[in-house]
Amino acid sequence: MTEYDSPNYLIALPEIFLAGTSLILLMVGVFIGNRSTTILTWATSAIMMVALIMVLVGDESRSVTFGGLFISDIFSTYMKSLVLIGSTITLLIGISYVKREGMNRFEFPILILFATTGMLLMISANDLIALYVGLEMQSLALYIIAAFKRESIRSTESGLKYFVLGALSSGLFLYGASLVYGFSGGTGFTEIGFAVSNISDQGNLSLGLLIGLVFLAAAIAFKVSAVPFHMWTPDVYEGAPTPVTAFFAAAPKIAAMALLIRLFIGPFLDAFDQWQQIIVFISIASMGLGAFAAILQSNIKRLLAYSSIGHVGYALVGLAAGTEEGIKGVLIYLAIYMTMTIGAFACVLAMKRKGQMVETIDDLSGLSRTNPSMAFVFSIFMFSMAGIPPLAGFFGKFYVFMAAIKADLIGLAIIGVLASVVGAFYYIRIVKVMYFDKPKEAFDRPIGNELTFVLAVTGIITGLFFAYPDPVLDGAAIAARSLFY
Amino acid sequence: MEIGLMHYLTVAAILFTLGVFGIFINRKNVIVILMAVELMLLAVNINLVAFSTYLNDMVGQVFAMLVLTVAAAEAAIGLAILVIYFRNRGTIAVEDINVMKG
Repeated sequence: MTEYDSPNYLIALPEIFLAGTSLILLMVGVFIGNRSTTILTWATSAIMMVALIMVLVGDESRSVTFGGLFISDIFSTYMKSLVLIGSTITLLIGISYVKREGMNRFEFPILILFATTGMLLMISANDLIALYVGLEMQSLALYIIAAFKRESIRSTESGLKYFVLGALSSGLFLYGASLVYGFSGGTGFTEIGFAVSNISDQGNLSLGLLIGLVFLAAAIAFKVSAVPFHMWTPDVYEGAPTPVTAFFAAAPKIAAMALLIRLFIGPFLDAFDQWQQIIVFISIASMGLGAFAAILQSNIKRLLAYSSIGHVGYALVGLAAGTEEGIKGVLIYLAIYMTMTIGAFACVLAMKRKGQMVETIDDLSGLSRTNPSMAFVFSIFMFSMAGIPPLAGFFGKFYVFMAAIKADLIGLAIIGVLASVVGAFYYIRIVKVMYFDKPKEAFDRPIGNELTFVLAVTGIITGLFFAYPDPVLDGAAIAARSLFY
Repeated sequence: MEIGLMHYLTVAAILFTLGVFGIFINRKNVIVILMAVELMLLAVNINLVAFSTYLNDMVGQVFAMLVLTVAAAEAAIGLAILVIYFRNRGTIAVEDINVMKG
């Protein structure tokens, strides 16, 4: 009989806390019913904020628990903070929408809480099994909230599409994981890392490991919606209820990027030559598609979907560099991307005319005259996404492109800059529509306190990032360093 | 003839490919897609168990158990989404899922 040591639960405290409280909230919801949705939404946000504090004050040194399944380091602290902030804000900006549009059921905040717990587990996974369980915990909750507006054809259709393609990507992930397990002899990241570095010392990666690596990359590319695995993104973003779309664009994408970085910079770092080509290819393809396909869109949610595909491409430029500086660039990019996206979706949530949500770009015509402050904030986000200095988006692009140039990926950096020039066209077209087109009927006012607050905060961060960028830059720098120990 | 690791891997690879093609080529019914997804996951399980025996390592079988559990949950959620979709559209033919062009 081997001696059994109790694992160190303290390291996983935020996840344990989230999982426990989500079950309690579920009970509350079941007993009180749908009247409790608003209370549960606020309770969920409070819980996520408490978890954020736990993440931030937790032990920052690199520590592993649960027999090597779970890892906590500064990288996970950084990513978890982003995910928790993103989930909380997207939950709050949706409050009035949820109440109004017949989604007022208590499961909504709880499902978001489940999904967030899954994301945190994904970020902290140090083993393929733990990774798979976290990924599925996230995905299963996301399938449901995509189809949450039960009586809307578009919402259910987007849920169905997301489910089918998500299940396909889980299948690809598992197949890759099984091959990696078979050819490296273990599922733990440390074991895989040993196997990979042993084999690559002798020359090339074995075929089995290489195929496994490609399958894993393809599956995670699905989750971050990088080309050529992006086909679900526009439909799901358009069809899902707007607060859900905002959530999709903010939190799961960041968690999946964390997963990609953790996997490639961790166990597969010694196979850098092999995966660099894959990442360079999907990065170029995503930037290109994000820039060109968005030009033809008339629906703003669809446009933001293509824009998010493009942003993933830019973030992957940093990963393709494979250096500490590149990862730092990715982390900065993700923080800025999240702020801009949440802001842009908060604007979309404010697009309501006579109680009806509208979501075409034409509906924004002449917004500068009917609601000048919203038009101003929206144009800040658009200019920032286009990467115009001195707004935040420029810094995000600057750091990833600099890292790429230092890693001798000059071609990739040039393509990135060109794609962002093309992309600027459709962002600035929105600004033109808002400022120079003939005004349409004004949107409903007031837009609600939560939305005003979120718009103000994200607008200020995006606009004045250059004045005080240190917290994000320093955080990203130490988080990136913690991966290269 | 001895049945070795390679045979299991080949069967799993064939099943997995069938599953992937089942998702993409199928034009009739969404239920068939759910079955194809299931087929993919079972192919993975064959892989995991074969490797587990070959490596003399239990982890693969533990993984296979978890895959089975999650696959059940996934099928349940998939069917639930399919039911609400059917209530709205009255059809689950794959070619009719086209309200949004993509």
